[in-house]
Amino acid sequence: MPGRALLMDFPVTATSHLLADYRARGGYATLRKVLTSMKPEQVTKEVTASGILGHGGAAFPAGRKWQVIHLDDGQPHYLCANADEGEPGTFKDRWILENAPHRLVESMAIAGYALQVRHAFVYIRGEFDLPYRRLQAAVDEAYDAGLLGERILDTDFAMDLVVYRGAGSYVCGEASGLLASIEGRKGYPRNRPPRLTVKGLFKRPTVVNNVETLANLTTILAMGGEAFKQIGAPKSPGTQLVSISGHVSKPGVYEVEYGYPVAKFIYDDCGGVLAGRKLKCIVPGGISTKVLTAAEIETVTYDHASFTKAGSGVGSGGMIVIAEGTCMVRLLQVMIRFYHHESCGQCTPCRDGMGWMHKLIDGIVAGRGQSGDLERMELIAKANDGTTICGMGDACGYAVVGILAKYRDEFEYWIVHGRSKFDGRLEVDAAELAHA
Amino acid sequence: MKHLIPEFEKIKRRYPAGFESSLLLPCLHRIQEDRGFVADEDIDGLCEWLGVPRMQVEEVLSYYTMLRREPVGRYHVQVCRNVSCSMRGAERLIGHVCKRLGVGVGETTGDGRFTVSTVECLGSCGTAPVLVVNEAYHENMDAAKTDTLLEGLK
Repeated sequence: MPGRALLMDFPVTATSHLLADYRARGGYATLRKVLTSMKPEQVTKEVTASGILGHGGAAFPAGRKWQVIHLDDGQPHYLCANADEGEPGTFKDRWILENAPHRLVESMAIAGYALQVRHAFVYIRGEFDLPYRRLQAAVDEAYDAGLLGERILDTDFAMDLVVYRGAGSYVCGEASGLLASIEGRKGYPRNRPPRLTVKGLFKRPTVVNNVETLANLTTILAMGGEAFKQIGAPKSPGTQLVSISGHVSKPGVYEVEYGYPVAKFIYDDCGGVLAGRKLKCIVPGGISTKVLTAAEIETVTYDHASFTKAGSGVGSGGMIVIAEGTCMVRLLQVMIRFYHHESCGQCTPCRDGMGWMHKLIDGIVAGRGQSGDLERMELIAKANDGTTICGMGDACGYAVVGILAKYRDEFEYWIVHGRSKFDGRLEVDAAELAHA
Repeated sequence: MKHLIPEFEKIKRRYPAGFESSLLLPCLHRIQEDRGFVADEDIDGLCEWLGVPRMQVEEVLSYYTMLRREPVGRYHVQVCRNVSCSMRGAERLIGHVCKRLGVGVGETTGDGRFTVSTVECLGSCGTAPVLVVNEAYHENMDAAKTDTLLEGLK
């Protein structure tokens, strides 16, 4: 294991997701401690002291987000877990939903108590069938056991938890789009201010946190914020569930303690690149983070400061390993097609820009590329940056600019020769795999 | 959808007062599960029961990719075409599924059994390539496993 495990700290079995097993592991003891011996403000204080950063991609300090909620404002407050995991390469929250759903339920009850929430929601992407069934079953078990609903654990605290299924929209993973979706509307993000913690769901103060961020609360409240802060790297406390995929020998979800060497993680813990090929580059945290070359990751440690210094980010923890010989033109084509498909269409720079970008990259791959195409793509990326309501337009730009900066020669080669510099395929050949 | 209203009433109890429009997505999911798609009369019924404008229902239906206004085949085969799946053979897999069923992407077989679609990231990148039949994920797929799977679907 790459460092200390806080979330993946039990063996997954056929029953490990059920309440009885979770309780046998000490589950819901922390909720009891919180409800019977702490004031809501103290809970928020511990979360702030822990220094935990959001695990959904933006890495915003969770404590600071919570502090905006005024407990005595006389309004209902809402809490939403963002389980709309859709950033390509990311499947870590799915691990929690499938294997530790009670961890999320307990943590949400703790958060709900701290923020004085009567109704909480988990917004889960519509495609997640097993995760939804596992989570809904856990919620039902919790209601039956007096862990949700009225008088939780025989205290005065009451909270209802609704599992809300999305219906296929990447943009609903953006917090304001997510809330619009729960309101029964299309998932259009909206401008801030006002912040969602001031005017969120049905115009009431709302906290939206990522599933993994929330799941950590049980640990934070069990050990105390200061103790949690000692784990991981100085400015990145705790651990990150990293979902690793692509041309890697042992894909899957790993819990990585912040500060762990990235190269060691890929080569040792995950078995290195498929079929003995050399590493070309990685997408560190979902396709919206900039690629880092094999040489660049040599000195990077898995934490926010180190990734930022290298020119990329932890993002959503979705790492994609790319082998030497992979065609970056085709890879970027798949990425741009995705962004174009998922643009919600609200803001012109993104709606039109993604379309133009898609046309340009398709043109290059079809052999119709012209000189100036790459500059046009960079111009569109620049025009998108900061000019749209949500970050999706920017994100596509980062992917484009990031890949063009490091692999421009492959694009120029295709424009000039009308074909890939390599074999143009994205997969590692099956025959090559069989030989390895 | 009228026969589903008792079920909808039960769902409604979980939501706070004033959240009527929130019921739109759960109700549409349930209607689609029941009929296979959302028909005009479902929209009429939902508008009446929820008291939301027809425009809002239409908007939601056109926005979310999982909601359908037309029926699909008995088995809806959706193959992921995003980055990690493509790096593990999704492009060949899509070709194989289409060839085997004799249809193109977005088409339904003549007997109405299969509809083939491509989709963006399903959050199954570590077990790529993935395809979904109706709701169920089938992971680490290859041509042989796909053949066995499709043969089993009557």
